Amino acid sequence: MTATEATVIDAGVGNIGNLVRALRHLGAEVEITCDPATIRASRCLVLPGVGAFRPPREILRGAPEEAIRAALDDGATMLGICIGYQLLFDSSEEFGTTDGLALLAGGVTELPGGVPLPHIGWNRVFAVKDHPLLAGSTNDDHYYFVHSFAPEKVPEEWVLGRCRHGRSFPAITGRGRIAGTQFHPEKSGAAGLRLLRNYLAWAGDLAGGVAGGAPEGHGGTHATAAGH
Amino acid sequence: MRATIEPTGLTRRIIPCLDVAAGRVVKGVQFRNLTDQGDPTEAAARYAAEGADEIVFLDITAAPERRDTDLDWVRRTAEQVFIPLSVGGGVRSVDDGRKLLLAGADKLGINTAAVAEPELLTRLAERFGSQCVVLSVDAKRREAAGAEDQSWEVVTHGGRTPTGLDALEWIEEGIERGAGEILLTSIDSDGTQAGYDLELLRRASALSPVPVIASGGAGTLEHLADALDTGAAAVLAASIFHQETYSVGTVKEYLGRRYPIRIQTGASR
Repeated sequence: MTATEATVIDAGVGNIGNLVRALRHLGAEVEITCDPATIRASRCLVLPGVGAFRPPREILRGAPEEAIRAALDDGATMLGICIGYQLLFDSSEEFGTTDGLALLAGGVTELPGGVPLPHIGWNRVFAVKDHPLLAGSTNDDHYYFVHSFAPEKVPEEWVLGRCRHGRSFPAITGRGRIAGTQFHPEKSGAAGLRLLRNYLAWAGDLAGGVAGGAPEGHGGTHATAAGH
Repeated sequence: MRATIEPTGLTRRIIPCLDVAAGRVVKGVQFRNLTDQGDPTEAAARYAAEGADEIVFLDITAAPERRDTDLDWVRRTAEQVFIPLSVGGGVRSVDDGRKLLLAGADKLGINTAAVAEPELLTRLAERFGSQCVVLSVDAKRREAAGAEDQSWEVVTHGGRTPTGLDALEWIEEGIERGAGEILLTSIDSDGTQAGYDLELLRRASALSPVPVIASGGAGTLEHLADALDTGAAAVLAASIFHQETYSVGTVKEYLGRRYPIRIQTGASR
């Protein structure tokens, strides 16, 4: 059995070392790159991000973004984490409106006041749907968050887990072969490692070319909320 | 009866603290007569398995300059322990901070260097984000006529060096300059296991918009609960965990009856 090969997209900002360490700890062979050809050829993409929305968005614009779309159209899986998760949606309101990758419907907005911001620490995530990422999870699971913005207006059928901080927000979202988490699984202890392990296994299964196993949403990477 | 929906599910944190010198866990009295207590990676992994929410390392290695290999223990720990790791000690510049973060630290604890050069907090926050910057404050009670007059002075070097700074004013300034968290140690209580300085914690928590971590004096489960009662976001303890008076799991089970606490499923007790 060969280890899963994972491609961590390096959009040039923030410290992604601990994510790479966690994936390697789980046995993945990790490549860190922003090279379009490498992204295009990958079957298992991870899009991390720390800090603000716009700098990585601008780095991805153009060839890397096209490579992500082409890889997904070809059946690759993708996991966005924190800012990488927010980048999957239509847009973000952080420092003015910036368009996202629009792989998932919804917009990223600031969490309401009345609670400490940024939202830093361990918070509970309620699983609201079955999904390969959530195999083995319980509603007692907590994950580690560091953020002030979160998606909203996400079609309910794609929301896999919800968290509460000022408002209820989708902490885990998945559609077809695309998924993301607002929290940092690489810093979330046993629960986070389990989620990453699930992701690698899921990506590996799908890359293994299970005949007829293409999940819903495959074949079109641009999603809109229309009709949902 | 309807249950109240809390505006957040954020939990209070339980944080074991490890003193590290030359890559080994050490124990001593005010940084003297140090004895070897083992490998930091092993200790951190054990606490993480018990359900620790974060590990704070205090690197007390006495060295004018840190060599690259001096951070090997941070790298090894980050390869095996997947919860937030905070490392204090020895960060005097943005470059020091960058090296520690690349080695795998998630947060930087800044103490003496911030007193000497408060702008360092701003530079670190602008470069890495406030969530990375923990202002570590060692506070010592001043002589006071009554409780109303009580104040605390910032001290450094394990309490031996007075700074003339008022601890509460310094905390406010530190937050303005970019600190995202305050690690507040009572030098009077530290090592006594007689309880935290609750008055200090109460005042600091009331004025601080960022999390205050209570440190210094934990000896019993009730002490930890008392600290959370003052509004502290997290409790840090060393001796009770190292001496195995309580496991992290036992502490969390106890505090979980009164506060939102992350109970790790399948945690070792």
